[in-house]
Amino acid sequence: MAREDVLVTADWAEENLDTPGVVFVEVDEDTSAYDTGHIKGAVKIDWKDDLQDPVRRDFVNQEQFSQLLSARGIANDDTVVLYGGNNNWFAAYAYWYFKLYGHASVKLLDGGRKKWELDARPVTTEVVKREATTYVAKPQDASIRALRDEVTAAIGTKNLIDVRSPDEYAGRLLAPAHLPQEQSQRAGHVPTALSVPWSKAANEDGTFKSNDELREIYVGEAGLDEDKSTIAYCRIGERSSHTWFALRELLGYEDVKNYDGSWTEYGSLVGVPIALGDEPGTK
Amino acid sequence: MAADGCGAPAQDTALPASVDIEKETVLTGTVVNDEGEAVQGAYVRLLDGSGEFTAEVVTGEGGQFRFFAAPGKWTLRALSRFGDATGEVEAAQGLNETKLAVSR
Repeated sequence: MAREDVLVTADWAEENLDTPGVVFVEVDEDTSAYDTGHIKGAVKIDWKDDLQDPVRRDFVNQEQFSQLLSARGIANDDTVVLYGGNNNWFAAYAYWYFKLYGHASVKLLDGGRKKWELDARPVTTEVVKREATTYVAKPQDASIRALRDEVTAAIGTKNLIDVRSPDEYAGRLLAPAHLPQEQSQRAGHVPTALSVPWSKAANEDGTFKSNDELREIYVGEAGLDEDKSTIAYCRIGERSSHTWFALRELLGYEDVKNYDGSWTEYGSLVGVPIALGDEPGTK
Repeated sequence: MAADGCGAPAQDTALPASVDIEKETVLTGTVVNDEGEAVQGAYVRLLDGSGEFTAEVVTGEGGQFRFFAAPGKWTLRALSRFGDATGEVEAAQGLNETKLAVSR
């Protein structure tokens, strides 16, 4: 897959704001950023309210996803360009989600909201109204989503990539450093998981590194085995969507899954093995 | 209800009541420009002792940022439309305050 099939530059985006069939979508955990100014014509999706089931810990289902996209005025044959804050974590999560439900043409805006703002590109507070569509989502594509039993079975057999910060990996912190640390789950990582923080895949301005740099990081430095399947995880599955994007969509590895249960699930399971410290540990 | 996201919360709010300041190591401060004015919307990243990225927040009104970390050596790096800045912090348990002056 060519890089331009999955990733667009800020320049491309600015030139295609009015292109028919291209829909910009801002995705964030906190959508108040959208309300203070967004890319012209962009609609918003709230990571939690729109994409998570309000009761069970799971995604919205195929039917709910169809309704969401219909209401946002997104058609099955539109090209969806996703962007957001936090170096595109939630946009990458939504990208994975659009793929999970079989959307044909979806791309990430390289650098997301951050690069757009640092470049001082125009934003607007204009209310965006798109005509509702009748979107039809496909059944979930299980080939890109890992569930917990698959993760425990992958210990010592598949590539496991822990994309949290080194301190979270080692068990010294339980959450990213901008969040309070009081949590109920146990600290550490899945034994044999390689530590490759998500941030290694991104430049300081939020854009993705080149494929040569990415390959060096995952294969050269971390020791990812290119002949094996890979599962990426973090704390709740959004930072690992960013790495999943780098591995599957940019580098083109075929069998790469995102474990969206991630550490908040794994670290709460009874009886599963956990490794502490900076080394991957053994099976 | 899904687990809360890993995104950074608004930076211009008071510390949540659930946070025990005695137990946490908080790195906080403001980003200012050449004129000493607060910079809202600056990206501040926290790098650990080895220079590895740990977290990033966007400054709120008043240019404020806040991290929950652990005692030790940290680097703060700010990016903004007005330029960049870097600061070194030797953090201890409790509140640790730093001012970052960005320039081109």
